[in-house]
Amino acid sequence: MSEEGKPVSFDGLACPLPLAEHPTVQMAHGGGGRMSQKLVGGMFLEAFDNPVLRTLHDGALVELGGARLAFSTDSFVIRPLFFPGGDIGSLAVHGTVNDVAMCGARPLVISAAFILEEGFPMEDLWRITRSMKGAAADAGVTVVTGDTKVVDRGKGDGVYINTSGLGLLQDGVEISPLRARPGDVVLLSGAIAVHGIAIMSVREGLEFETRLESDSAALNSMVASLLETAGEDVHVLRDPTRGGVASALNEIAAGAGVGIRLDEASIPISEEVRGGCEILGLDPLYVANEGKCLAIVERSAADATLAAMREHPRGGEAAIIGEVVAEPAGTVVLHSRIGGERIVDMLSGEQLPRIC
Amino acid sequence: MCLGVPGKVIEIMPDELGMTMGRVSFGGIVKEVCLAYVPEAEVGDYVVVHVGFAISRIDEEEAAQVFEYLREMGELEELDVPQPHEAPS
Amino acid sequence: MKYVDEYRGGEEAGKFVAAIGHKVSRPWSLMEICGGQTHTLIKSGIDRMLPEQVNMIHGPGCPVCVTPIELIDKAIAIARRPEVILTSFGDMLRVPGSETDLLSVKAEGGDVRMVYSPLDAVKLAQRRPDREVVFFAVGFETTAPANAMSVWRAHQQAQENFSILCSHVLVPPAMEAILGAPDNRVQGFLAAGHVCTVMGYWEYEPIAEKYRIPVVVTGFEPLDLLQGTYMTLEALEEGRWGVINQYTRSVSREGNVPAQELLKKVFEVCDRPWRGIGEIPASGFKLKEELSAYDAEQKFDVESVTATESPDCIAGEILRGLKKPHECSAFGTRCTPDHPLGAPMVSSEGACAAYHNYGRGGA
Repeated sequence: MSEEGKPVSFDGLACPLPLAEHPTVQMAHGGGGRMSQKLVGGMFLEAFDNPVLRTLHDGALVELGGARLAFSTDSFVIRPLFFPGGDIGSLAVHGTVNDVAMCGARPLVISAAFILEEGFPMEDLWRITRSMKGAAADAGVTVVTGDTKVVDRGKGDGVYINTSGLGLLQDGVEISPLRARPGDVVLLSGAIAVHGIAIMSVREGLEFETRLESDSAALNSMVASLLETAGEDVHVLRDPTRGGVASALNEIAAGAGVGIRLDEASIPISEEVRGGCEILGLDPLYVANEGKCLAIVERSAADATLAAMREHPRGGEAAIIGEVVAEPAGTVVLHSRIGGERIVDMLSGEQLPRIC
Repeated sequence: MCLGVPGKVIEIMPDELGMTMGRVSFGGIVKEVCLAYVPEAEVGDYVVVHVGFAISRIDEEEAAQVFEYLREMGELEELDVPQPHEAPS
Repeated sequence: MKYVDEYRGGEEAGKFVAAIGHKVSRPWSLMEICGGQTHTLIKSGIDRMLPEQVNMIHGPGCPVCVTPIELIDKAIAIARRPEVILTSFGDMLRVPGSETDLLSVKAEGGDVRMVYSPLDAVKLAQRRPDREVVFFAVGFETTAPANAMSVWRAHQQAQENFSILCSHVLVPPAMEAILGAPDNRVQGFLAAGHVCTVMGYWEYEPIAEKYRIPVVVTGFEPLDLLQGTYMTLEALEEGRWGVINQYTRSVSREGNVPAQELLKKVFEVCDRPWRGIGEIPASGFKLKEELSAYDAEQKFDVESVTATESPDCIAGEILRGLKKPHECSAFGTRCTPDHPLGAPMVSSEGACAAYHNYGRGGA
């Protein structure tokens, strides 16, 4: 039965994570960086392992009754709930719409589940709901199911929202992080780190004045036009949210077993975002975006894809920021503005403002 | 140690205890900064800010020193690199 | 951004690198003292643009890294008290004490908050008269005037629920400790531009004289560092020593006099232990006796807390420049930024974290 009277562990269900390293959940486990990756890879993927999940894409691709569907889910626990350029409601719609779109699918229906804290003002809830309604209408998706739960006062930050989404894939579209190949070109649809810095500006303890607004936006119409332009030459799509452009590209490089070379000078970034990153000591490559799209495309289709991105109202500042190379596999290398090179790793832990 | 970021003073005002505070812009991001240690700073000046405190006023003339140094170095030595273009503005 | 962008030009950087290549005739070991400079060197790839003969040793100028483990344990003990809100700078919160770190105390329910400026901590104390607000005041001379002002403000407005846990260290005694060590390898220093912005550079003149070594006060942007490196190498090649000021746009010989005056009112020089290095005489600041009401160590009676370092961590050798981070057997395996054994792996300024994050794993 058991050695030395200890209770038997369920067969093969011993936690594969080295628990001694972090016996409790840390904030960084949700930060989108290496610790998140370890938790997902070490615990969840281990438990639920299957070929669909294993791609670790923003959404899952499943075939049901002959139709190819993209299915994705995301939870939103943002503080503050209302921020310049959006709120938790619009963000919850955009986030899931984008995750479905990044599979190359056309998002159609979403669900909305609310976890509400006792005492949360109805007026704020209505504001959030209206904002979700507007975002869904703009993105052309319908909220078709939902759920509501209330937790005791003090047990939640007002409201948490989970959304899931379903979308339909056109024939011939084959988007997967595994399709990045040496020779491909890396495009980015606009200036980085806007959402993260806009949120920081209203976070307690760090407040600063800025005209910056979150870039939170639905990207499905942009994705549709990219696919229309370049079709199967579009190999990978990714919205670089938590963990920023650096973490998203690292995941792609690791997944596809390729290297990615970035050119620092070509990465679009606004003066204000740079100012914010300088004073907080943050690296903009690791700061979150909520309305930007990374596209990895066949070299011959790069110019046309870039033009299509730029034509879109959300893609005016789109740029080619790098290329996929064979070596060193699994690694993102940045060519710095002054002519040096460095490896751009996954985010480790939470990105904390540094002073010193 | 000691992240110090240059920003432009856009407003100077005393706080409730008479300490000199100011609003400083970093590329458009504005933070309230203590100016007590840079009494010579005026609106429009650039200051180096560390943890919410200005620790120096940037000397505009000296700021070009690096480029002058490069120019002189280029004249003194035969560097096998392209000759300097215009210094960046 | 003005006064930032112009010092990141690739063309000028190329000229400095070429000039350094021409200048150097033999191997030299230089130390950049400040962690911020280490960060720039590695982030912009300068370390790999320099000729092989130029060995950059990364100095102990990361306040987060040299804060003694004992003091972190004290901060943790204080943060666990229910009446306390413990505040500090972002990167201080992840530094491991002997058993845990401040972010984990927060995960356990402690009230641990990040602030941008020490004055924000005083304001928090004003807003929360029902709580004790403690600011974990770490830093070198650059940060000292800010931390001094927080105590001075609290004193002026009789903010009795505010105190600081003081861990202030000073650069010149550490430089002397490095130069005086029998195994010293440093032949020239890039001194820390922002420390000198506050203190001036007159303090370094006797050190440069005594050890016959060039000390170049250097800024933080890529071109600053390249120029500072060039100036140091030029002096070494020509057999000159003394203090040279590269960062003239911010630093004067006498430094920031109003800041120094407040430092004298609030702090007095004391002996301080440095994590990984040991006790250095007259190498830190403590609060003056008359301001001891703002000393968190006394207020919360944690003076008896003691602690021991992880035996695997060779932070001491790293901080003295005797070893490079990747030469440590724990580097990248048992010690990573997600699970640091020692402080240099925590702060993005720490040499180990910089090596890890920017892929300097000994390749």
